[in-house]
Amino acid sequence: MNESICNLREQFNDALLAVSTLADLETLKVEYLGKKGLITALLKNMGKLSPEEKKTFGSEVNTLKGYATDAIAEKFEALQKAELQRELDAVELFDISLPPVLDRGSYHPVTLVQRRCEEVFRTMGFAVEDYSEIVTDYECFESLNIPPFHPARDMQDTYYLDNGQLLKTQTSAAQNAIYKKYRDALINEGKTIKAVFPGRCFRNEATDACHENTFFQMEGVMVGKDISIANLIYSMKTMLSEVFDNYGLKVRLRPGFFPFVEPGFELDISCQICGGEGCPSCKHSGWLELCPCGMIHPNVLREGGIDPDEYTGFAFGLGLTRLAMMKYGVKDIRDLNSGALTAMSQFTDDK
Amino acid sequence: MYISMNWIRDFVDLSGLDLNKLIHQFSLSTAEVENEIFYKGSDLCGVVVAEIKSIENHPNSKKLHLLKVDAGDVKDGEPQLVDVVCGAPNVRVGMKTAFAKVGARLGEINIAPRPVAGFESFGMCCSEKEIGISDDNSGIMDLDPALANGTDIKDVFEIDDIVFEVDNKSLTNRPDLWGHYGIAREFAALSGRPLKKLETVDLSVYDSLPKLDIKIEDDDCLRYSGLKFDNVSVNVSPVNMRIRLFYCGMRAINFLADMTNYLMLEMGQPMHAFDSRKVEAIRIKKFADPFTFRTLDGVDRAIDSNTLMICNGDEPVAIAGIMGGLDSEIVDDTTSLTLESACFDPVSIRKSASRMAHRTDASQRYEKTLDPEMTPVAIARFVKLLTDIDSGAKVISRLTDDFRRTYERKTLTIDKAYVDRYTGIGDAITCEHIETTLKALGFDVIREDDKFTVTVPSWRATKDVTLKADLIEEITRIYGYDNFVPHTAKSPLYPVRMGVEKSAENDLKDILVKRFSLHEVHSYLWAYHDDYKKLGMEVEDNVKILNATNPNLETLRRSIVPTQLCQVKVNTGYAPEFGIFEIGRVVNGLKADGLCDERKKLAITLFSKTASVKELYFRLRDMIAVAIDEMRHREITFAPIEAAHDYQHPKNLNAVICDGVALGEIGIVHPAVSKKIDKKASIVYAELDVALISEIADAGIHYEEASKYPGMEVDLTFLSDSYAPIKAAIASENSPLIKKVGVVDLYAGEEGNSITVRITFSCDDRTLTREEVQAVSDSIVAKLAADGISMKL
Repeated sequence: MNESICNLREQFNDALLAVSTLADLETLKVEYLGKKGLITALLKNMGKLSPEEKKTFGSEVNTLKGYATDAIAEKFEALQKAELQRELDAVELFDISLPPVLDRGSYHPVTLVQRRCEEVFRTMGFAVEDYSEIVTDYECFESLNIPPFHPARDMQDTYYLDNGQLLKTQTSAAQNAIYKKYRDALINEGKTIKAVFPGRCFRNEATDACHENTFFQMEGVMVGKDISIANLIYSMKTMLSEVFDNYGLKVRLRPGFFPFVEPGFELDISCQICGGEGCPSCKHSGWLELCPCGMIHPNVLREGGIDPDEYTGFAFGLGLTRLAMMKYGVKDIRDLNSGALTAMSQFTDDK
Repeated sequence: MYISMNWIRDFVDLSGLDLNKLIHQFSLSTAEVENEIFYKGSDLCGVVVAEIKSIENHPNSKKLHLLKVDAGDVKDGEPQLVDVVCGAPNVRVGMKTAFAKVGARLGEINIAPRPVAGFESFGMCCSEKEIGISDDNSGIMDLDPALANGTDIKDVFEIDDIVFEVDNKSLTNRPDLWGHYGIAREFAALSGRPLKKLETVDLSVYDSLPKLDIKIEDDDCLRYSGLKFDNVSVNVSPVNMRIRLFYCGMRAINFLADMTNYLMLEMGQPMHAFDSRKVEAIRIKKFADPFTFRTLDGVDRAIDSNTLMICNGDEPVAIAGIMGGLDSEIVDDTTSLTLESACFDPVSIRKSASRMAHRTDASQRYEKTLDPEMTPVAIARFVKLLTDIDSGAKVISRLTDDFRRTYERKTLTIDKAYVDRYTGIGDAITCEHIETTLKALGFDVIREDDKFTVTVPSWRATKDVTLKADLIEEITRIYGYDNFVPHTAKSPLYPVRMGVEKSAENDLKDILVKRFSLHEVHSYLWAYHDDYKKLGMEVEDNVKILNATNPNLETLRRSIVPTQLCQVKVNTGYAPEFGIFEIGRVVNGLKADGLCDERKKLAITLFSKTASVKELYFRLRDMIAVAIDEMRHREITFAPIEAAHDYQHPKNLNAVICDGVALGEIGIVHPAVSKKIDKKASIVYAELDVALISEIADAGIHYEEASKYPGMEVDLTFLSDSYAPIKAAIASENSPLIKKVGVVDLYAGEEGNSITVRITFSCDDRTLTREEVQAVSDSIVAKLAADGISMKL
């Protein structure tokens, strides 16, 4: 073997051995195998050689070229593997037990309960209606068979405004408008009126942990041909079973007086804590007074443009604020309007 | 109101029936019974009549006596006397008293032999209080000497009783249930047993006696009946009467006062006994000028021109329906009494009682609208009880009755079909049930087959039963709601859409909570004067609440923002960064028709101690943009507006506009307010009209198939302070090749502010040439150059 080739081979081997990165390997590759590389440069010295020697020399240079190419490829693979391993090794082990950053938003608890109730009634074909918070005396009282000086106006102390309107004391204030909205469909097309109307109500009273001047109710009505007390009991039981997600729920009616219904009832449900066995939260009666309801008073239907001799209906009122407090164990009703996030941020979606 | 079952049983025979079950049924059919039922006398046994045979003074005590008592025990034919140590002041030899023998039980106390001050005592002589029949503990009971020693005290007095409390609120509409007789009528109907006729005397026997001088001079008195009597010698009411009063929550006072109370509890008719000398000319009237009147409880009460008064001529002697006067009260030298049994207007009494904040047992009843037919009946009953107890008492006037007006007794006609329509349970309620029930409740019923002509009794006619539907309640409640078989209503199927505003509200909440992690809060409809002031905000003039209990909370809010800033203040320590929102109402003054201009608003406030106000502002802007994009697939634009409220920062205050409609505003909180909330924090807010948001027409989804040919991106950098003209120039190009435009860089350099936009071009049916793209971008550059906006080189 030509001595110069032999030297270059030695030199290459030494250089390759010293290479430890892919970048250096690339440099080495260019140094030896590039167009102007050291191996190609060997051929420049061929001029002085005989044709026979040239042949041998050329062949030996090619062999060296092949050797170097393979050696570099081999080294490349090894280096690449090592680099990947380094990359793998470089990743630390994470502490997955660290707490997640949820950054949750929250709904008002009344929204959650209201949505649940609306959903139940919507799936049963009830329209969900909205109504203003400021109403007239006619809407809140007169159209509901509560004439001036009626004690019912004392029972619910009303916030009166300086323009003669008032803050609605009950969601029933929407009844008259709902009847007027749907009566044509009832009379002309026989479409039973089925509507719920949640809303915020106001009573002029001193506040404490159990009393608020601002609270939410949801009222519902169903009016049609021959809507009966038997229908009312059925509907309330079905709806409330769904609202409370309890198909063993029992309901019972007791007489109750509300001027806009006749007969009027207080509806009790079996206590949701003890199931009716009796416990401190139902005062050992097994029952919980839940919502007033009744057959809509003929005067109220008539005032809504519906002939009470042709149609009957029932109405009920659910206390959404109370339901929310029951469901989540909120003890102080005033927390609900405080906007204090320590308390209020806990109510994530709850379907 | 407390109800004694013994008293009820005076009027209806309930023997053989389970009283607990009946009371439960009463609660389900008539009025709410409170949970706790009192079994009076159940904790008392072993108390007997005993005679004090001898008394010795205790050697070491002035109060104590050593007694020998005969409690009826006999051994070998000889009475066995018992040694008792007793501290009562009224002991005397020969006295018969209530005696708790060894082994007796009085509530918590079990009687056993025990040493008292050195002497063994075998039992206890008892006061009325000790055996639980009154609160009189002044001495041991002084019983009728005719009673045999050893007789169980429970055989002497009506100690055993079942007492329950009816929730007064559930009697609001039932004036007839404010006395035991009315309640007994319900028990009669529920049990199917007859109601006994009230025992009274026939007052016509006194018709020959002189009349009283009674004259109603005001319409608020419907009826005034009076009767005069004298020679009442009984001072203390019989024990059984006092027991009933006590069990029903009233204290015994003296015989006549007890009698009026007893009548009130029995019949629901308030009565009053005057010293006859003080009421020689009874006038019922009002006075034009206010004055002060001292009632029999010694309190001076303000009387105004609306207060109905009972007078002797012109001299007021009682506040009608509320309380008698101190000066006309029965006193020791009273010889003759005038009994009042009257009926007043419920509204008048209710208003007077609430004006003087003095609701009495009487006013409470009057305000329920009592039956005017009851006044002479109550007198007839009073005379019956009085003369039974005090045979010497003598009526000395005829019944004098000024009867001005009464309520119409309606006659209603219903048929079975009408009942069925309401009940929905068809023949489960029979014609017989209808007839029997109504009759048991005192209605006159004429039945022809399945048709009923029903006349309402006077005690239900004052307001309670006026319509056919009212009869349904009577029929169904006695039938029992628990006996109804529920079934679904027949209703045609039709789709029900969710209202647009409702669904917009739901969407807004979901986006703000789920995507932007905001917290929903609620606040009040009125401005909080004090809290606003602390933050340096004025309460803006608006519609006011006339009867607010707190003057700080009387003005309705025009915006949620100030209220929300107060809530932000509450939460500054909650987290370094948070956002709250509320969908609630505000009132924007009055509309042309004089009604409140009520609007539903969404208010959002972002608070941050870490982000810059600019960063926070853009975060909020993007929330609104995302919401409108998600809900209506539309873009929003902005236009600067002038600050008009003290919480608004004058700069960067923009109207939020969509489709030409201003939805509301976005702004920075004025530093004067912001610094009072937190010295360093950034606070931005937005308030939008929810109805207007819901009314935005949905632009919908416009699907475009993705191009199969490669697109091309061109970056252009302009020297401009605002993106708006660049956006407008690109839009005006209206080129179908422009697929996307975005801002990729903002730079503030020596030459001024520059904005780099990246425009993505592509074509659906071919690969674009560089020349085509260049033409479009050249045109954009040229348009902007014409507006004075040059490219950055």
